Amino acid sequence: MTAPPALHLSGRATIDGAPIFGPISIDAPPGEWTCLLGPSGVGKSTLLRLLAGLGDEVAFDGKVAAGDGAPLGGRVALMAQADLLMPWLDVTANVTLGARLRGMAPQRGRAREVLGRVGLADHAAKRPHALSGGQRQRAALARTLIEDRPVVLLDEPFSALDARSRALMQDLAAEVLAGRTVLHVTHDAAEAARLGHNVLLMTAGGVSCVTPPAAPTPRLYDAPETLGFQGRLLRLLMEAR
Amino acid sequence: MRRTVHITGVALVSLLAWQAVVTLADLPRFILPGPDLVFVTFWTSRALIAEHALVTAAEVLLGLGLGAALGFASAILLVASPLTRSVLRPMLVFSQAVPVFALAPILTLWLGYGLWSKVAMALLIIYFPVTSAFFDALMRTPPGWLELARVMKASPGRTLWRIRVPAAMPGFASGLRLAAVYAPIGAIIGEWVGASQGLGYLMLLANGRAKIDLMFAALIVLAVLTLLLHAAVDVVCRRLWDG
Ligand SMILES: Nc1ncnc2c1ncn2[C@@H]1O[C@H](COP(=O)(O)OP(=O)(O)O)[C@@H](O)[C@H]1O
Ligand SMILES: [Mg+2]
Repeated sequence: MTAPPALHLSGRATIDGAPIFGPISIDAPPGEWTCLLGPSGVGKSTLLRLLAGLGDEVAFDGKVAAGDGAPLGGRVALMAQADLLMPWLDVTANVTLGARLRGMAPQRGRAREVLGRVGLADHAAKRPHALSGGQRQRAALARTLIEDRPVVLLDEPFSALDARSRALMQDLAAEVLAGRTVLHVTHDAAEAARLGHNVLLMTAGGVSCVTPPAAPTPRLYDAPETLGFQGRLLRLLMEAR
Repeated sequence: MRRTVHITGVALVSLLAWQAVVTLADLPRFILPGPDLVFVTFWTSRALIAEHALVTAAEVLLGLGLGAALGFASAILLVASPLTRSVLRPMLVFSQAVPVFALAPILTLWLGYGLWSKVAMALLIIYFPVTSAFFDALMRTPPGWLELARVMKASPGRTLWRIRVPAAMPGFASGLRLAAVYAPIGAIIGEWVGASQGLGYLMLLANGRAKIDLMFAALIVLAVLTLLLHAAVDVVCRRLWDG
């Protein structure tokens, strides 16, 4: 992995003339985990897709850049709410999909190592339909990890999981993605309170920065300062117009 | 098991109804022979029927295989680039405006009275359903998968081959299931227009000689062959693509 760059996006986006967000400006520091917290429909996914080089349907008037000035293309991995596993491939083949899509030999050894890290060592030969929702998201995380990109964009990847699986996935993701520039879109104040080195609050009024507790991430879900911060985020969400 | 019982039950009821109609309406056997007579004729003419059934089966299988391969390739070409699409699509639409049945005499003229004019007929009749079912499925790849491929810096060719094609196989399978039912129709039409072999030919021959019982025996064999083909294609498709 090359050195993780900072991320910057500023401007406004429309789709077919309808405003989606902005004008706003967001920055994610290099090598840190930044949560972008906001209610559904404020344009979080659209923003993330722009950073990933997607969103052909979006008319974007502004600037997307990496802190080091080099292009972002090829340095980004994306993990969405849907696991996007191919049902006709087993877990190993799903995890090594990127290499094969680029015409390179799948790195089976790396796949085994990464699957071990996410706790799927015993499921490498299974098809996705034989996995639980939590295991499927672990496989998607392994697929993201093996890409070894310095920038990782997460679009509510844990929101479909039950509370326990979600907390476990948050711990795992914080561990394995440490050191990368992570921009994590979520609508869950508790999740932002646990994971963000930085928390950006995105509402219809714009984006503001909220300083999280000093405790290292992943923060304990029942620590008073985590709960207090979660409550504060929720209040800010409720009071936003 | 329950399905077998069900099918057998339905077949038995149909046979009884058939026999009842023949008996009650007192139909002459050259209009509608009873199932008993048809079965006797089937048994005494089994070698003859088998010989012709084999020819029709070969025509159908060849037509199905070639038509499926051609449909597969055409759909791939259609999605591969806007250029091939702009050339191929109008041709496909126009070809659909020509009734395939009307081509049978021309095919016989070009390909002769033998096997290949019937294979071509079966092929033509299944080509469009297979192509359009597969093409539609190829155009409906879930957008999330395509975006994942883009972020992974996949080439369009590899995205097509590794994601769009496998994702579209259930669509191809539904085209094949239709084709299994259509292909025998094509082969029989081909045989009616000009042939010296095959179940369609045998039916015409029997009709000309007022052997209605033989006609019905051939017809039932044809129906059973079609059902078996459909079931076989269904099993293969399920195995391969869980579709
Ligand atoms: N392809 C699209 N065409 C039209 N409107 C869209 C499209 N994608 C998203 N939108 C609209 O843009 C707004 C923001 O969507 P999105 O970025 O998905 O928000 P979020 O992820 O914060 O829930 C929504 O109102 C949504 O309806
Ligand atoms: Mg969203």
